[in-house]
Amino acid sequence: MGVRERLARRAAREIRHGMVVNLGIGIPTLVPGFVPPDVQVLFHSESGILGYGGRPRPGLEDPYMINAGGEPVTALPGASYFDSAIAFGMIRRGRLDMTILGALQVSARGDLANWLVPGRRVPGMGGAMELAQKAKRVVVVTTHTARDGEPKILAECSYPLTARAAVDLIITEMAVIEVTPSGLVLREVAAAYTVDQVIAATGAPLRIPPVVDRYGEDEGRA
Amino acid sequence: MDVGMQAATGKVVSLDRALSVITDGVALMYGGFGGVGTPPTLVEGILEKGVRNLTLIGNDAGMPEVGVGPLIVNRRVARLIATHIGSNPVAGELMHRGELEVEFSPQGTLAERIRAGGMGLGGILVDVGLGTVAEKGRQQLAVGGRSYLVEPALVADVAIVYAARADLLGNLVYEKTARNFNPLVAMAGRVTIAEAGEIVPLGALDPETIVTPGVFIDMVVQSRGIKWKWSWE
Repeated sequence: MGVRERLARRAAREIRHGMVVNLGIGIPTLVPGFVPPDVQVLFHSESGILGYGGRPRPGLEDPYMINAGGEPVTALPGASYFDSAIAFGMIRRGRLDMTILGALQVSARGDLANWLVPGRRVPGMGGAMELAQKAKRVVVVTTHTARDGEPKILAECSYPLTARAAVDLIITEMAVIEVTPSGLVLREVAAAYTVDQVIAATGAPLRIPPVVDRYGEDEGRA
Repeated sequence: MDVGMQAATGKVVSLDRALSVITDGVALMYGGFGGVGTPPTLVEGILEKGVRNLTLIGNDAGMPEVGVGPLIVNRRVARLIATHIGSNPVAGELMHRGELEVEFSPQGTLAERIRAGGMGLGGILVDVGLGTVAEKGRQQLAVGGRSYLVEPALVADVAIVYAARADLLGNLVYEKTARNFNPLVAMAGRVTIAEAGEIVPLGALDPETIVTPGVFIDMVVQSRGIKWKWSWE
């Protein structure tokens, strides 16, 4: 199991039965594969569907059916279609229980930057501002550091923000970190890492509670 | 059928007639999400006609060969108001070279700005983007003790949409996630052209299922078929 899959599997554990959940593009799109069958979720997509299911078998894709990442999806029983204004009305009105998003940077206060790398990559914010600001719970899945080794979890974001004080939980290949009103709290450390390694790779103060859980110890088991 | 109805059925026109209103420099609004739901026959016609200096208003820049992507790749667009251009790398290159002006809007905000334009409103109040660059150039208002950005409504010279089915009055029915921005865009054009997969007689659409009433639609053209390609191809 690769890093992307491990992150998606840990993020899937945040999902509870009956939730309405939106998944960002990238690693979050892998999350449904790790949600247990007895946990029923309504997945929301900005493309205009609530209640989408997995990818159809090759050759059975419907050209009229995509999720926000442009991937082919199916409609589950109970699904509904709607226009883009309603798709975002649901978000703004607070009807989404959770969104799982990627990140470029997250600050100690939960500020999120995930739409623009100044001077390099300017894809645009798409629906990320609404999702980050308005979903009841915002879970970020990201590598702990950037490709150049720089921390992505920082005292302050240097990239333009998607939303302020938005993130509730950060899941990386090293750790699970909760954003609280008094700062970042280390909740879990991945099996392959130590608390000190996590602290060294994090660019913001990290509170270490007496009990820090391990995650990913059953990796490799069936 | 009375005389008024007969006149109204004149909405079904040739592609050439529809393209006659799309000229150099117009503001063109389009439906579609990643190209799905963007009217392919109209986009191809605009490209072949050689129209230049367009302002495009819609969700995204498509992909290089899908949606409005070919208009951008072939340098027909001077300005783009959109939420996302990541799926069309050429759009990003042109923007960095200063050959394409891009104004970004959060997706839900753009949808409501278009809807407001179509509904005859002056704009919307929205708190999404407060504390970010989305504030830039926007008036702020306090209503009920809360702060909002004033986002002006958007209308366009011409709006183009794709519908699965249209009747002779321009009543439209969409299909699945190809609906997306289309019903909003359909209302916000000074002239709106609907490209339809199928054009049916009056009475063939159940009035309960019509999403866009034909009163918003000026012209209907027959689609030559959808050509959307998706990320899995």
